[in-house]
Amino acid sequence: MIRARTAMPRKVLSALFVAACALCVALALVPLAFVLFFVVSQGIQSLTVEFFTHNPRPVGEPGGGMANAIVGTLILTALAAAMAIPIGILSGVYLSEYRGSRFASAVRFAADTLNGVPSIVIGVFAYAVVVLPLRHFSTLAGGFALGVMMIPIITRTTEELLLLVPNALREGALALGATRARAVFSVIVPAALPGIITGVVLALARIAGETAPLLFTSFNNRFFSTSLLQPISSITVQVFTYAISPYEDWHRQAWAGALVLVTIVLVCSMAARFAAARVASLRGR
Amino acid sequence: MDGKVPQTINPPLVKVRALRAPDAGLRDPVLPVQAEPLKIDVEHLSFFYGEKRALEDISIKIQPHVVTAFIGPSGCGKSTFLRTLNRMNDIIPGARVEGRVCIDGQDIYRAGVDVVAVRRKVGMVFQKSNPFPKSIFENVAYGLRINRLTSNRSELAGRVEESLQQAALWEEVKDRLHESALALSGGQQQRLCIARALAVKPDILLMDEPASALDPIATQRIEELIYQLKVKFTIVIVTHNMQQAARVSDFTAFFWLGRLIEYERTDKMFTAPSEKLTEDYLTGRFG
Repeated sequence: MIRARTAMPRKVLSALFVAACALCVALALVPLAFVLFFVVSQGIQSLTVEFFTHNPRPVGEPGGGMANAIVGTLILTALAAAMAIPIGILSGVYLSEYRGSRFASAVRFAADTLNGVPSIVIGVFAYAVVVLPLRHFSTLAGGFALGVMMIPIITRTTEELLLLVPNALREGALALGATRARAVFSVIVPAALPGIITGVVLALARIAGETAPLLFTSFNNRFFSTSLLQPISSITVQVFTYAISPYEDWHRQAWAGALVLVTIVLVCSMAARFAAARVASLRGR
Repeated sequence: MDGKVPQTINPPLVKVRALRAPDAGLRDPVLPVQAEPLKIDVEHLSFFYGEKRALEDISIKIQPHVVTAFIGPSGCGKSTFLRTLNRMNDIIPGARVEGRVCIDGQDIYRAGVDVVAVRRKVGMVFQKSNPFPKSIFENVAYGLRINRLTSNRSELAGRVEESLQQAALWEEVKDRLHESALALSGGQQQRLCIARALAVKPDILLMDEPASALDPIATQRIEELIYQLKVKFTIVIVTHNMQQAARVSDFTAFFWLGRLIEYERTDKMFTAPSEKLTEDYLTGRFG
């Protein structure tokens, strides 16, 4: 016979722990809820069509928008992606293929360190490497700084996902007469692709929200520009500039910019999940 | 072992011959008549995982178009030996081979041998089915594509169909070739892996416990398949299941602690083994 006497404290204890967990989850979600609430409630009123289609007006003139900054952020992010995705994925492949080697350990350590470097330091680095030789701020420098931030994230994500692919798939490919490189790129990388796509998009979302590396690389531009060698505006720097300005109208635009940024990040994360699920479902997982 | 061995002295021959034609004309395996050239000729092979010696001085001669079964208790080296026959052990760090493995008279461990060419000639089916996360069609087409064995689409499609038919899978999948291979059942996946191996037209097919993860019906299909395939291929199969060895093979090799204890015609080994150790194993006294 089970003793009911001892069952009581056990059940109470269990309920207590469940309650504590629920409370912690709620506490963790509260800041997110507040951020979203403030950004939406403050930003939505300034989010007009003009905000998306017009460039900033001169100081004192009300209205205008952030078309140049939105395009700027897209260009900067695309540049960073073009630089970091190939390098990141290929180094991830290297790390997983030669995981035992000394050089791989060194690369892994370097990637982890780079991942922890404050973004402002990356900005300084890009300033020294790109801005100084070119003698002026440029889109290229901003994209470079963001790309440097992205590489270690993609490298480590790719490595970890490749290590999850069962070794049996590699053996299967080798047994059919595949070379090592062929096995990696035709079987192992595709098998890990859903996860890699998610990792890449999350890295994109993360760097799209960076301000510090752009402050003295791509700088800012009041005008619409798509030139790679000119300074360019970005949503983050524009929000920063407007938020510390003394003008009420600019504050409102800063909120609207923040809302656009949060939306971009959110859409990216959702797109990543969707894309990963779709790739996975095509394979019947 | 896995407890499947009945505790009788001579169990396997009672009902296991149903699948097989009477194998008249098989020659003594150890000293074959030289008229037909040997398919596989292994001489004094030893294999090391680092310092540990996993195989000790193994010599075996295998003729074309026969099925040879490797049996023995777990860890006896039968899988390791199978994998030396297409150099799959190369990818294990610290692995080392001594001795010779000749396929069609060519030592595959000689310097300058193209491992890729060896593996194309010596196909392999693994214990756990390992279809690629691609469609059924692409799984079978993989070996053809990477080795550029077909010159156009219709030829590729033809070879894929032919291979799936050889593996007795075509009827079940012909209407869903472009669906994921991972949606197939375990037995179908294993037959897909066999089709994939057959597509590149190897001479030799190595099978590492191909039915160990399958139910009895799927196992029976694989065994029937092996029987049909030996017309075209030379088959070496590792199995834990002695009845299976007796059912499908013409010759049986018994391994114990990394050594080849006995190599005989299957019917002779299962009725009158010459080694005491073999008899003890076959009758379930150990293993």
